[in-house]
Amino acid sequence: MYDGGKIIPGLIIFVLFITFPIWYNRGNAGTVPQPELPKKYKQCVLPDADMRAEHMQLLNRWRDQVLRDGDWGFDVKIGDMKYQKSLMNTCMQCHTSKKKFCDRCHTYASVKPYCWDCHVAPVE
Amino acid sequence: MKYTFPLAAVVALVLFSWIGASIPGMQYIFGIAVPYLAMVVFLGGFCYRVIVWARSPVPFKIPTTCGQGFSLPWIKYDKLEAPLTTPQVMARMFLEVVLFRSLWRNTKAMIYKGPKLTYESSKWLWLFAILFHYSFLVIVLRHMRLFLDPVPGVITGIEFFDGILQIGAPTMYLTEVTILLGLFLLLGRRFFNRHVRYISQPNDYFPLYLIIAIVLTGILMRFFLRSGIDIIAIKRLAVGWVTFHPTISADIGSIFYIHVFLVSALLVYFPFSKLMHMGGVFLSPTRNMANDTRMRRHINPWNPDIKPHSYAAYEDEFRKDMVEQGIPVEKPLTAEESAAAED
Repeated sequence: MYDGGKIIPGLIIFVLFITFPIWYNRGNAGTVPQPELPKKYKQCVLPDADMRAEHMQLLNRWRDQVLRDGDWGFDVKIGDMKYQKSLMNTCMQCHTSKKKFCDRCHTYASVKPYCWDCHVAPVE
Repeated sequence: MKYTFPLAAVVALVLFSWIGASIPGMQYIFGIAVPYLAMVVFLGGFCYRVIVWARSPVPFKIPTTCGQGFSLPWIKYDKLEAPLTTPQVMARMFLEVVLFRSLWRNTKAMIYKGPKLTYESSKWLWLFAILFHYSFLVIVLRHMRLFLDPVPGVITGIEFFDGILQIGAPTMYLTEVTILLGLFLLLGRRFFNRHVRYISQPNDYFPLYLIIAIVLTGILMRFFLRSGIDIIAIKRLAVGWVTFHPTISADIGSIFYIHVFLVSALLVYFPFSKLMHMGGVFLSPTRNMANDTRMRRHINPWNPDIKPHSYAAYEDEFRKDMVEQGIPVEKPLTAEESAAAED
């Protein structure tokens, strides 16, 4: 081996860098976040799987419709009940706690939605 | 043919993983076995290639000098283009690795009216390369949010600046645009520049197509095909990979498995292809050697070990035969030797 004194340490640094997540987590897979679900209500505006995957797109659409098109629709349905397109007046009525509901998954997945740049988060 | 065959290969990889991951139970193959295998091949192959290179002798000192070399102390020499000392070589290597400096020397011959022939540095290749490579780096670092729990501040910082435009939800990232721009420009160069098209091979097109497919599946997954993209289940799987407790906790959409399979294909392909320039750039003899051949002798490591053989030693070895054949010798045979020769 030629220049092994330089190449081997370089290679070791590369391997340590690539396998960094293994050393960082140290075999601890951590706990999966459990957002606290409302006790009184069982049904959201969309089926559970769709809410998990697409709630941000729904909220973004509502934001555009309400703020940019002035469409304050009261036509969001859960069963027979009608609700307003609103984060504070609809979503947060059931999911009352930001810390126990929104933040649990958002912190885990390192997502920082900018809802709270304008909305005032509930005091907890 | 050389454009379409690699494209067909990438399409085949997409279809294979799409169909494969849709079969119940196969999620464990595509979500756990394939990524592990790919990572092992990547790391093992990468180390193997670098060690093979490290074992290869460099017979000659061949730095490519592109400026005035050191000659006499009062003649100014170019420290970066003809480096003499180790720090100068390190500076040259650093600029090469970090800023792709030698791509500025992509000289292009052009004929203007007159006729006038010019050789001008065409910096487009450098621009496309830097766009692509740094976007790719940021994207890889950003993905660490799915592998690290808790997520370190550096990663969230990178993510914040990448999504600073706050367009849409989930937020669009700048690097999604710049990597596609870089990739399509690098691909376009191979299609529309006649000289480059002539020398391009299928193995030049394949990685471009493959990385474009990876980026597109990623973008589709993030913005357009969100059904079944439960980020918590995905992070749980990704953290599971690196803690050796992988769990597939929910029905994750096929697009995720296609994305993972294409990345695995890239990892497997990496060590056995031109993509090894990632490690090779550090081992380029034309860049990492000092231009000091006139001060320090470079000994070719594969030279055989030839011992000096003087005439006196030669005569000692063959004196008897030489005397027998009547060849004059400087030192006559001793009495014992001549007695032995007569017997």
